[in-house]
Amino acid sequence: MQTNHLLTLFSGGLVLLGLIAFTLGRSKATRVRASGRAMYAQPDQYAWFTVISTAGPALLVGVVGAFVMLLLGAEIPTFLLLAGSLAVAAVGAVVGIACIRPEFHARQAIERVIRWLLVAAALISIFTTFGILFSIVFEALRFFQMHSFWEFITGTVWNPGASFLAAAGRADDAASAAQFGSVPLFAGTFMITGIAMLVAIPIGLLAAIYMSEFAPRRVRTLAKPTLEVLAGIPTVVYGFFAAITVAPIIVNIAGFLGLDASYNNAVAPGVVMGIMIIPFISSLSDDVINSVPDSMRQGSLALGLTQGETIRDVVIPAALPGIISASLLAVSRALGETMIVVMAAGMRPNLTANPLEDMTTVTVRIVAALTGDLEFESAETLSAFALGLVLFAVTLSLNLVSVLMIRRFRAKYRVNNL
Amino acid sequence: MNIQVSERSITPMSRSQTGQPVTRNPDANHELSIRVRDLSLWYGDAQALKSLNIDLYQKNVTALIGPSGCGKSTFLRCLNRMNDLIPGVRVEGLVEMDGRDVNAPKMDEVALRRRVGMVFQKPNPFPKSIYENIAYAPRMHDLVGRKAEQDELVERALRDAGLWEEVKDKLHQPGTSLSGGQQQRLCIARAIAVQPDVILMDEPTSALDPISTATIEDLMDKLKKQYTIVTVTHNMQQAARVADYTAFFHLGEIVEYNDTKAMFSNPATKKAEDYITGRYG
Amino acid sequence: MSQSFDVISSQLKKRHRRSARLKWISMSALGLAGLFLVLFFADMLGKGLPAFQQTYVQVELEYTEEASRMGRAAMDPEVARLVSRTFERLIPRMIRDNPDLLGTSETRWVLAKSEVDQYLKGHANKLRGNEPELVDELVEAGRVDLRFNTTFFSRGDSKMAESAGILAAAVGTVMTLLVTLAIAFPIGVMTAVYLEEFAPDNRLTQLIEININNLAAIPSILFGLLGLAIFINFFGVPRSSPLVGGMTLALMTLPVIIIATRTALRSVPDSIRHAAFGVGCSRWQVVRDHVLPLAMPGIMTGSIIGLAQAMGETAPLIIVGMVAFIPDVSPSFTQAATVLPAQIFTWAGEPERAFVEKTAGGILVLLAILIFLNASAVLLRKKFERRW
Repeated sequence: MQTNHLLTLFSGGLVLLGLIAFTLGRSKATRVRASGRAMYAQPDQYAWFTVISTAGPALLVGVVGAFVMLLLGAEIPTFLLLAGSLAVAAVGAVVGIACIRPEFHARQAIERVIRWLLVAAALISIFTTFGILFSIVFEALRFFQMHSFWEFITGTVWNPGASFLAAAGRADDAASAAQFGSVPLFAGTFMITGIAMLVAIPIGLLAAIYMSEFAPRRVRTLAKPTLEVLAGIPTVVYGFFAAITVAPIIVNIAGFLGLDASYNNAVAPGVVMGIMIIPFISSLSDDVINSVPDSMRQGSLALGLTQGETIRDVVIPAALPGIISASLLAVSRALGETMIVVMAAGMRPNLTANPLEDMTTVTVRIVAALTGDLEFESAETLSAFALGLVLFAVTLSLNLVSVLMIRRFRAKYRVNNL
Repeated sequence: MNIQVSERSITPMSRSQTGQPVTRNPDANHELSIRVRDLSLWYGDAQALKSLNIDLYQKNVTALIGPSGCGKSTFLRCLNRMNDLIPGVRVEGLVEMDGRDVNAPKMDEVALRRRVGMVFQKPNPFPKSIYENIAYAPRMHDLVGRKAEQDELVERALRDAGLWEEVKDKLHQPGTSLSGGQQQRLCIARAIAVQPDVILMDEPTSALDPISTATIEDLMDKLKKQYTIVTVTHNMQQAARVADYTAFFHLGEIVEYNDTKAMFSNPATKKAEDYITGRYG
Repeated sequence: MSQSFDVISSQLKKRHRRSARLKWISMSALGLAGLFLVLFFADMLGKGLPAFQQTYVQVELEYTEEASRMGRAAMDPEVARLVSRTFERLIPRMIRDNPDLLGTSETRWVLAKSEVDQYLKGHANKLRGNEPELVDELVEAGRVDLRFNTTFFSRGDSKMAESAGILAAAVGTVMTLLVTLAIAFPIGVMTAVYLEEFAPDNRLTQLIEININNLAAIPSILFGLLGLAIFINFFGVPRSSPLVGGMTLALMTLPVIIIATRTALRSVPDSIRHAAFGVGCSRWQVVRDHVLPLAMPGIMTGSIIGLAQAMGETAPLIIVGMVAFIPDVSPSFTQAATVLPAQIFTWAGEPERAFVEKTAGGILVLLAILIFLNASAVLLRKKFERRW
């Protein structure tokens, strides 16, 4: 309430000062120009310059002040901050107006400011990455102060149940100490990712081959956007589909074959995730196959090879780096996929090779750790960040490898001939 | 000089209507390889070839010349049906080889291409090793069995293409690691490894430097002892150097088909004369 | 002399068969993907369409003194068993708000409880004793009927399946996306303009570019962790609010908008820039007056697609707490709200059969909006697409 009030006051004052600066600056510039002296810039540009010199420093003071209060906890009276920044604005206006002289290049000054604004915007994406990195690393480090890194990486039992007792200072009372061994979680993640890839890579790749090599143009223009629809369906919808429709089908099929399947089996989320990833693989592979130069195909056909042989032995090997890189990106996506597994996979950490059993994944545990009414300081909550850190590291390296591969592929075909 | 040209009378081209050259080259072989009659081709609604007639002879080099867009490459690609790959192309007329109509629905275009090989404007080696570039197609065609046979075939093809000495120590390096001229000779070696009857060359030297061009021209001269070569070229000196017969294309028609020497010294038509003397092109 | 055509053709038969097989296999792969799509939509429509209809019961209401304390007393006890408890609870409040009602009576169509609804739609249900017969009788008498479900579109979440709706979530989605757009659009466009039109080709620029491509591929749940650790715990943005959700989604949408904008800027030919430079424009004037207006359709298309993606995103919003139970429309950007996909997630977790239908109904609404957004993006692109 208080801050809202101050914010209105601050922006109101700033707008007012800005308006005053604009009119004063403009009239001064017009006057100078009317006196017959040539100026570097238009009066409007001088006016905008004064506005920038009024608002810019004042905003800076306000933001820095707010940050200092937030970061260092320093008690600057907000009223003082408000008055200070408005005073800075007034000074800026005066300086700005004083700057309006014929030999002053207002347009260049404005454009310099704009340029810096653009740079600042571009840096936000970097800040985001570092923000993700730092927030995860920082909280993960706190987790590793409580539990050993080694145990986290190699332990085969994930049992965070008792950790809230530890957070409450009653660790000794707990019948069994909390254990954070992430191996079963990663095993489950890789199992589901593997199933997804078994579905997505063959179907996606073959569909891409059909679309780029065999299909008539009309089929192609129709099929491509239709496949994209599969990619546009929200993951939460796929999750529902996997849990409500696919899982019972899998259980029935397994039952028919005399096997015992859990309703939270790994096959249902795996298959549905695979379906989701098909368009991802097919559109990337399609691009890559299309960028294999036509001269390769013609060279092969002119030797009397069939279209199938040309595709299998010339086009696909040429496109292979791109296809592998698409598959790596798809793996990275499947590893980080959350909603499908949260809704359709199990909650129970289970180290097994049987995909019909229920098992849980890294992302499921992250969600589980952060959605309860747990104390933020507890080891279970912090464990989410440790899991997130590993996930970040794995997906980041997969992405980098795939970007490098695709770059090399592109470079190869740009300078291939001569 | 212009006055002299315009004054000379130009004989009408009666023989070219039947597909035979105006003047016979006494040194050339005259066994028929490919007979073309009334060949027309449309890209959609645009007619690119207009009722062509030509006899191509075995173990000769025939050069196709003419200004850009005159249909010489299109014609070349009719001979091994590479135009099938372009959507919207319609072909009419007869292209006869070995007593068979090439465009007949029963004709297997893959079989045709085995007997009519092609070398392209830009070298296009497969992204495989030099050895595999050559051995791959013969293996698929079951022309070779054992490894030793394969090695022998690769060596023979590379020797015939004049590339063996340069690459014999790096057969397992990628074909793309060679220079442009070497790549083009690799493509020629690849084409002759499947033992075709005819080799079509679509401006094979236009992307190469003069030295590589000379090497390839020498090669064409050697290869014509075994193969029928039809080459498209922009370079009239090249046609004069390598070809036994030359056909001059203009706006989708064969204006003149003649013994190369006769064509360049004493063209029978005014259009060919203007082109050869550099009036347009 | 090489082999004749006939010999070669006979050798080729097997190879042609193999080639044809590849064609058929690859074609059926595409067909399989298409089949998945058809099955998926058929399944969703089958499960979700009934959600747009709801069972109503005609009851006689007597607003007695007793009913003002206990709503149930206003109805015939036999029929009252079929009426939604939400409506029962409403009766005392109606009397309190409008004391004139006391002592009057009226006949009204009111919401039936979800078991009756499920029974009428032929699903498994938990009607007890003679209730099924009672419902059948009332259907005969025309006093129980399926009607268009207005509640679904005019109410927020509820623990009673029959009175749960998507309005609160829809409004929450709009608010969240407004925040997302307000942050991601200007920053994204500015970044792209900088990278395409101003940036020198140096290390920093390359770093930014690699970084943007990377951001596009980072799992969405990690953005949720960022939102939780930095926006909520560090800056103190209120948890579960459209503000924090929108900020988190903005960071995810940023790369989409940047990449789309860069493509749009790149498709503006250099001749336009040269012409503008030629008449003495500065770099910024060229961008502002010539390049950006020409690139705008492409930028809008990319932004709509990015927004559609953000709209379907759930995982990061769960992490920042937007899965709360929200029965009423959120009044401000800083108070707890939920969004459509999160609402779907919540309903999917409800054990009652009636909620399956609600979930699928919510999914249909969400898909309809997404299809509309993407279709308009495609139309926009078609309309303004220009070949230079």
